[in-house]
Amino acid sequence: MSVELGIIAQQFVNGLTLGGMYALLALGYTLVYGILLMINFAHAEMFMFGAYVGLFTLQGLSRIEFFTSSGPALLLLYLLTFLIAMVATGILGVIIERFAYRPLRHAPRLAPLISAIGVSLFLQNAALLWISSRSLPFPVLFEVRTFRIGGASISSMQILIITVTILLMLVLDTFISRTRLGKSMRATSQDRETAGLMGIDINRVIALTFFIGPALGGAAGIFSGMYYGNIKYNMGFIPGIKAFTAAVVGGIGNLRGAMLGGFLIGLLESLAAAYISTGYKDVIAFVILIIVLIFKPGGLLGESVAEKV
Amino acid sequence: MGAVRNGLVAVNDFFSTRPGRIGFFFVLALITLFLPVFFQAAGNVFMVRIFALVGIYVLLALGLNIVVGYAGLLNLGYIAFYAVGAYAGMNLGFLMQELLVGLGFLGERPENWSYWVLLPFAAVPGVLAGIMIGAPVLRLRGDYLAIVTLGFGEIVRIAITNDIAGITNGASGLPGVGQSVAPVAGQMWVRENLSFGNFLFSKDLYWYYIIVALVLFAIFVITRLDNSRLGRAWVAMREDEVAASSVGVNILTTKLWAFALGAAWGGIAGHTYAYWVGFISPESFNFMESVLVVCMVVLGGMGSIPGTILGAVIITAAPEIIRVAATSPVFAGFLTPEQAALVGDYRFLIFGGLMVVMMALRPQGILPSKRRARELHPIDDTILAQENQQLWEAEHKHESDSDLL
Repeated sequence: MSVELGIIAQQFVNGLTLGGMYALLALGYTLVYGILLMINFAHAEMFMFGAYVGLFTLQGLSRIEFFTSSGPALLLLYLLTFLIAMVATGILGVIIERFAYRPLRHAPRLAPLISAIGVSLFLQNAALLWISSRSLPFPVLFEVRTFRIGGASISSMQILIITVTILLMLVLDTFISRTRLGKSMRATSQDRETAGLMGIDINRVIALTFFIGPALGGAAGIFSGMYYGNIKYNMGFIPGIKAFTAAVVGGIGNLRGAMLGGFLIGLLESLAAAYISTGYKDVIAFVILIIVLIFKPGGLLGESVAEKV
Repeated sequence: MGAVRNGLVAVNDFFSTRPGRIGFFFVLALITLFLPVFFQAAGNVFMVRIFALVGIYVLLALGLNIVVGYAGLLNLGYIAFYAVGAYAGMNLGFLMQELLVGLGFLGERPENWSYWVLLPFAAVPGVLAGIMIGAPVLRLRGDYLAIVTLGFGEIVRIAITNDIAGITNGASGLPGVGQSVAPVAGQMWVRENLSFGNFLFSKDLYWYYIIVALVLFAIFVITRLDNSRLGRAWVAMREDEVAASSVGVNILTTKLWAFALGAAWGGIAGHTYAYWVGFISPESFNFMESVLVVCMVVLGGMGSIPGTILGAVIITAAPEIIRVAATSPVFAGFLTPEQAALVGDYRFLIFGGLMVVMMALRPQGILPSKRRARELHPIDDTILAQENQQLWEAEHKHESDSDLL
């Protein structure tokens, strides 16, 4: 394989890893938008919160000797870490919805958005003041191996991230399309009031949405910590914008669109970093966002929704 | 909660009476004009600087208020216009100064005239940036627009950090090595002629008065705008786009005007800030600054000029004043310096929480505009009660009138 193709393959692997994280985070934006028609600006902070809970859980549990004694025990340790962090982030999401968004459900559109910015500001500064203003190292407790396939190398970490991301997406997709609760979520996103009249507990569905979205965002945060090796109080901001872009590119409100958009943004960004400029790699997502919104506001998989008058 | 709410209502009632308003403005004018002089006389230059900084933020908040308050478009990248104004001012200023010195206008003492020469045009870079950013995206709905403007703000910041077109000197800021901003014309004159005894008419005091003049000018222009055809069009569009366009308001141009005229004040503020401080770097123009200005407008009251000014004053000055007050003997027992310093650290946390609480309890802000209050808080009991009262009075008056007849 030529060197040039090798670079492309390498960027493809990196982009897929990055895209997985964006896609997980994008699902949260799209779920909430689908049901409440609001941009949950604080969702980026779920990414950060999940990473911190993950870090502390990992640090706490790894002190227990059993977890580091054998391979399966280590796997259990990571499973527990993800579970605890995702549940904690999900609960935070539900609390935020209850106190910051629910009182504004019938307010003009600007109000919940401003409230969400407030929540985001609050959480970021809470992490800055009460945890640390510097970046904290995120330990990796297993041995990371690198495999070479053709001209590209792929690490076991990347394989893990991509696999678990796809697994979580499959679970979510099945949940939404096959279960009763998923059906009530779909109904609520189609028409909240009618769904309510059909006996669906709207508040419960919205709370559930605010549990699932942040839980997935929290998992993405842990991946980011594992992949980059450190976490910081403002780590959510840039990935948050990119994930939102991913949700819009895929068609906001559309789950499969968010997954597609996430991987697409990740790939484009990796290629841009390699071929255009690393200094401007963060600009790529914004430019894509603006272009998509101008020319195809419905996104790739979304239907064009006319604004309700 | 109830006490806070009643307090706010009482504040509002106080300002609705004529003596309350006149007395308040008189005191406010005295404070604005003379308090910094006292601080300067007491040798506290830090407080003079805080006053001037508050002025800069008031300008920014007034500009953003046009976009958010009047036109109802949330702009989360407003600080980009501030940055454009600052960088354009600096770069054009260097060219201008070279030109003036080259032509021999400035004689032996090279005072910096570029601030003053460029000031009438300071809004131009901001307006151009506003139109460039606004034109393609104004078709977007409210919250999409917010995110796209955020994106533009970040693009501008990243471009500045990467030294775009070789004019921003990247992360190290302007002026770079070998360049410097000479004292602006007038600064030396006031220092030599208006200082007496221990009182020094300092650079910061000089800039403070320039900024106050700009703020007064902004208030004048924006009040006129508010009552103009365009101002009415903004309000109509904000409340119902479809209805507004059906009575002949061109939505796109009206939005574009809001963007451009809002950006103008960002440009003027940026130009002034650059020459006052004499140094600019991308750090001053990050997303948090944009959020801070949005906080000012929201906290004070969207669409209300006094509210916006109050919001800017509270958010900029409160942490600094609390910090200074704690070290003064008067408040020594009230807060320890350590506690006061914490207020500074915790301010973003507090502002974040405040935004959430404000949206839930009083989305119209501390000093709201009446129309905006109705729109954002249609079921507010106090407003409803006031209106019922007015309605009752009107009916009653009518009755008594007919009795007389």
